[in-house]
Amino acid sequence: MRRRYVAAVVEGCRTFAERDVYDAVWTSLVRLFGEYGASQAELYLVEYNEQKAQAIFRCSHKTLEMVKASIAATTDIANEKAAFRMVRVSGTLKALRTKVKSNKMLSREKLIK
Amino acid sequence: MKYAADLHLCPQLDNRANVKVMVEKAAELGYAAVGIPASPKAPQKEAEDLRAVCSDAGIDYVSRVDLSPRTPGELLRSLRSLRLRTEVVAVKCFSKEVARQAAKDRRVDLVSFPLVHPKKRFFDFAEAELASEAQAALEVDVSLLLSEQGYRRVNLLSYLRRMTVIAKKGHVPIVLSSGATETMSLRTAEDYCSLAYLFGVELHDARKAFSETPKGIVEQNRRKLSPDFVAPGVFVVRRGKERPES
Repeated sequence: MRRRYVAAVVEGCRTFAERDVYDAVWTSLVRLFGEYGASQAELYLVEYNEQKAQAIFRCSHKTLEMVKASIAATTDIANEKAAFRMVRVSGTLKALRTKVKSNKMLSREKLIK
Repeated sequence: MKYAADLHLCPQLDNRANVKVMVEKAAELGYAAVGIPASPKAPQKEAEDLRAVCSDAGIDYVSRVDLSPRTPGELLRSLRSLRLRTEVVAVKCFSKEVARQAAKDRRVDLVSFPLVHPKKRFFDFAEAELASEAQAALEVDVSLLLSEQGYRRVNLLSYLRRMTVIAKKGHVPIVLSSGATETMSLRTAEDYCSLAYLFGVELHDARKAFSETPKGIVEQNRRKLSPDFVAPGVFVVRRGKERPES
């Protein structure tokens, strides 16, 4: 099965736990596309760096647009205002990590304000 | 996306710190230009202040006024006084008469509709035809999708989907803007394009609606507002003193 990996950074006034980040995107996905749509997405949080506020999600390539919309539509995490900013999408985890490393948008100082 | 413009950033104009924070955030998110609506009463004074803030953040400022006239006559009066002083004129249509007048007036750049009021959604095929002839674009504030939830968002998405279909069939360009009033509802242009997928705008069209279309409107209006503009298609290329001696 073909998959897509989405790298995103979390913006908020504090750091969030991995479980809260995953729940927030799941909630958004279910709200927008229902349980049937969410079941097709095969969304999974591959990794989350709490210090850098970086997350990598995996989803089915057919539902990439749905997952991207759900990530963008997330407005709160653990009942606190927050936002996701998508950085990159890739077909392999290795390529995504390489691309993300060279991304200037990921500096921690800019993210937490 | 090489060039992204958000023509509708809505900070609290009376709070200078808020304006600065939002403009800086927009610059950080990769926007090359932002349009912040100034008050129609003193657009030029406010525009100068906003231009200075944007210049400090390294971002291009597009002067803009949002008109919400109650009658077509009021709209015409406002256009007469503001058109030659502002780069982008947007009209929010609260009645059908105003919507029709705004769509057929060539001085109007953007028409928008109060999306949260189901009885004030006047964008139909007749409106699209008039807007297409007058080269006005339809503006959609995407961040509204972030503030609404449940039944209201379902309704909003349904209407936006219908509007998109009408605009496409009527050849009316769509301009996607953030309409963000706070930094947390501000996203990158690519993120907004992902949200536009929810109401049936394809990624290619969404990118165009965030870059090429607003860029085209701003460039065209800047050319018209420059002292070298004479009439549509006629520009001063060289002034008398610069003419080479024969």
